[in-house]
Formats: sequence, structure tokens, C-alpha cells
Amino acid sequence: MKRLVYILLGSFLGVVLYKSEAASWFRIYEMFQFDAFHMYGIIGSALTIGVVLVFLIKKSKVKSFSGEIIQIPDKEKSFARYIWGGTLFGLGWALAGSCPGPIYILVGAGYWPMVIVLFGALLGAFVYGVLRGKLPH
Amino acid sequence: MLYQPWPWYVAGPLIAIIMALLILMGKRFGMSSNLETLCSIGGAGKYSDYFKVDIKSKRWNLLVVLGSVIGGFVGANVLSPNPAVDISDDTVAKLNELGFESAGKSYLPTELFALESLSDPKVWAILLVAGFLVGFGTRYAGGCTSGHAISGLSNLQRPSLIAVIGFFVGGLIMVHLLFPLIFAV
Repeated sequence: MKRLVYILLGSFLGVVLYKSEAASWFRIYEMFQFDAFHMYGIIGSALTIGVVLVFLIKKSKVKSFSGEIIQIPDKEKSFARYIWGGTLFGLGWALAGSCPGPIYILVGAGYWPMVIVLFGALLGAFVYGVLRGKLPH
Repeated sequence: MLYQPWPWYVAGPLIAIIMALLILMGKRFGMSSNLETLCSIGGAGKYSDYFKVDIKSKRWNLLVVLGSVIGGFVGANVLSPNPAVDISDDTVAKLNELGFESAGKSYLPTELFALESLSDPKVWAILLVAGFLVGFGTRYAGGCTSGHAISGLSNLQRPSLIAVIGFFVGGLIMVHLLFPLIFAV
């Protein structure tokens, strides 16, 4: 049952990102050209409502559906890893026109060259795992 | 309505609700840690302890990934009779100049994502490098658009703000400085 819920949530996310064109390479390019409000509207409204929902979840001390206490751990403090990792990610995001979620969504949509991007992403994650001891964090 | 592109004020709130539901299920909204899990499943633990994780505890995340593949299929094949993305005229003009004739006419640029384009080795290189940067960058930064820009910032995390600034620094460099070099006709 729980498994089905995860699959349904993922499917819903896939439909939302595909139908809102957040999974379109063109929308990402347009965003980085500041030519339209569309992507900023999506991220901005998700964030605004997200801040309120996370605040309410934390404040109400609501339990999870399975009865556990909800803990949202803080991100580990650092500067180097976020700015360097973030910048490298941004370079890839703009070139692929796609972040990790949409890579999967677009494979599902039948854009087969996206499989090459996915392979590259797996390779990138693997190389990071091997090199991470040598990188500034 | 369902078959038209969905406006930002529908999509944004729905994304926030998906994030909240995952939190209420005791999980997190993040679409990139699964890359690590897939490496672990592929045997990457042999090369780095980083990949020695309990795969069972990450299975939910792979189910979300499976769902997103299904969602993409449904979105493209059932809900979208017209895949053209109505980007601004300025954007179309800039892309035409870079050699993207498909701007405004398709969902993804056919110059990169049509099967026929794969006869050009340069396209392979672009897709592979782009994917590599996404995978390496997101794991280095510990999150992607969902993990940092949505989840992390919703939780008012300063590290996520630094990461998102990085996302934009990288994206702006790519589009404004490197695109003319990569795609110059």
C-alpha cells in the first residue's frame, strides 16, 4: 500500500512538472535569460507555500502518517561544497535543460537521448563518491 | 484545461503539497539522492565506502523515481496533444541565432533530443557532459532543485541558499558565456 503511494506521488510529480513545462529545456533557457516569469512563478509559489507548510508541520508537532515524530534535519554547515557543487550543478542544469527529476520524467515521456544524460548523471555521482575525500567540503 | 500547459500558480502549489506529503510520510522531497542509490545497486560500494548504504531504506525513493517515469509517460502521451512550448519571442529569437530552429515548436530542442540528432558525436558529448555535471554537482552540493531550492529553502536553510546561488551562477555562465561557444553556427 505504502509503495503504491510513493509511486502515485512520483507519478503526480511527473505529470505536474511535465504539464507545467518545468521539464522543458526551453523553459530553463528562458529562465536563465530572464525572459519570462513562468519558472520563477513555479519555484517562487512552491517555495512560499512550502515555507508555510514546513512551518506548520514543525509547529504543530504533527506525527507522520505511520505515527513517528517528524524530524527535518538541518543541512550540514559548509560553504565550499554548496557553492562549488551548486555552480557545477547549475552548469549542467542549463546545458541539459533538466535537473534530476525531469531527467526521469523525460525518459518516461520517450525522449530517448535523455538516457545518455541519465548515464552521465550516474557517472557524475559515482565519480563524486570516489573523489569526495579530495574535494573541499 | 487539463490538456493545456498548466500555469505556474497551479504547478508551484502542487509541488509544495507533494513535498509536504513526503514529509508527512516521514521522508524528504529530493530527486537526486537516488543517483547514489542506483550507483550502490550497481556495485559502486566496491570503489568507495560512500556507496555502502542500506539500499532497503532508500527503496521508497526509487519508487518515487519509478512514479515520475510513469508521470512523464502520461503527461506526454495522454495529457499533451500539442507539445510545443510557448516561450517568449525574445527567447525564440536568441535560440534561432544559436541554431535552434525548433524553439517554440517542440517540447525539447530536436537539435539535441531527437533520435536523428544522435548521428552527430557532438550531441553525444554535450548530453554526456551535461549529465555528468548534473550528477557530480548535485551530489557535491548535497541536493538539487527539489532538495535545496524547494525543500531546503522551505526549511529556511542557509546552506540551501548558498547552493541555489551556485545553481544560478552556473546556469548564467552556461547560458550567457558558454552557449555561444558550444552552439555557435
